[in-house]
Amino acid sequence: MKKDLISITDFSKEEYLRIMELAADFEKNPNQELLKGKVVASLFFEPSTRTRLSFETAINRLGGRIVGFADPDSSSATKGETLHDTIRMVSNYADIIVMRHPLEGAARYAAEVSSVPIINAGDGANQHPTQTLLDMYSILKTQGTLDDLNLFMVGDLKFGRTVHSLLQAMSVFENPIFNFIAPESLQMPRGFKHHLEERGIRYFEHEEFTDIISEADIIYMTRVQKERFSDPIEYEKVKDVYILNKAMLENTKPNVRVLHPLPRVNEIATDVDSSEKAYYFEQALNGVFTREAIISHVMNLK
Amino acid sequence: MEKNDMKKKLKLKVSAIKDGTVIDHIPAKSLFEVITILGLDTIENQITFGTNLESGKLGAKAIIKVSDKFFENDEINKIALIAPHAKLNIIRDYEVAEKKIVEIPQKITGIVKCFNPKCITNHEKITSCFSVINTSPVALKCRYCEKITAEDEIKML
Ligand SMILES: [Zn+2]
Repeated sequence: MKKDLISITDFSKEEYLRIMELAADFEKNPNQELLKGKVVASLFFEPSTRTRLSFETAINRLGGRIVGFADPDSSSATKGETLHDTIRMVSNYADIIVMRHPLEGAARYAAEVSSVPIINAGDGANQHPTQTLLDMYSILKTQGTLDDLNLFMVGDLKFGRTVHSLLQAMSVFENPIFNFIAPESLQMPRGFKHHLEERGIRYFEHEEFTDIISEADIIYMTRVQKERFSDPIEYEKVKDVYILNKAMLENTKPNVRVLHPLPRVNEIATDVDSSEKAYYFEQALNGVFTREAIISHVMNLK
Repeated sequence: MEKNDMKKKLKLKVSAIKDGTVIDHIPAKSLFEVITILGLDTIENQITFGTNLESGKLGAKAIIKVSDKFFENDEINKIALIAPHAKLNIIRDYEVAEKKIVEIPQKITGIVKCFNPKCITNHEKITSCFSVINTSPVALKCRYCEKITAEDEIKML
């Protein structure tokens, strides 16, 4: 059976750990010609320069060749071709497909249609599992473990798919504690809290971003976007409350690291960048090693 | 005499059906949806139905009688979402041979529309597919977009 990566929950704990192990190996030795003679289709039905460059770097370091499109306007999709037909055609050409699509569920559907593995590089607001795996790798690297961690998630927890997936992934490890810091209108959805309750995992909710972060091992920041608020006054009230600055990190634990899926707008003040607790740029680099690991894993190259 | 009366009564209740299925306790408003979902609008069997009949439980109920048709469980269970209290009488030679109730299946394929407007199933010709994660109230998780359609958001295709 072919392996795909569509949702973070498609992988077991063992597979997460396997990816981490492979990522560490690629970090030591990024250039391994495992994709030599193979063609990777990179189909970006929605532009995302960061994710695409990270994947393409990973593919190049693995010695693979890339076909595809970066801009949906140049693809046949704009000429009315269905996703079904595009995937059927491309899966005849390529050995694996990396795809990003604005519609939710597009990747799962593509996996059903395709004869070669599909890696979901983001399907609308639904899933972005390679981001989650690189987040986990960043946590593992900075904390030395994925167990017994106190994870603070800050900002837009309602629509932020990265925090949803990270919550699901981290909940399979030993004894995590979650702290959610969000304005009332952007709180973690009921379903994810229920997921934690079912597993007996502790979580706490806060509306204020204060010195409670002194307990944190990881502070995962997300963007609070103005357009998420139906009431602009509500946005004005919260927009400055959820900005992390260097002074706030003073009394935090020495091992704490600040993560962010990037791009950041203003939710992390630039004075944080010089702090040894800032980790978001390294986190982005980890994405390359993690994606090399994911490709190798789904293609059984290692 | 008494026995004949009984027979007459029974005959009246399940009028005209010698063999077949009577689907009772359908909410009156859902009658035509049930007909569509079960494909009764395209089969050639004799079908009679009544609607806006009095019912203590449902206010107004409908009933469908299909001659010479015996449904498989998963076939009939498709209507469970819109007619959760439906009861089936299997008729053989004018007698009720068996009674069945509908049950919500674990998977709902091809009959419900995903409530998420950004779901791929609402943009391409894809058979919708949900796993039933709760039955009361009903909650359906889309196989594709992973969003949950709640009972009051359920729309038939
Ligand atoms: Zn859906």
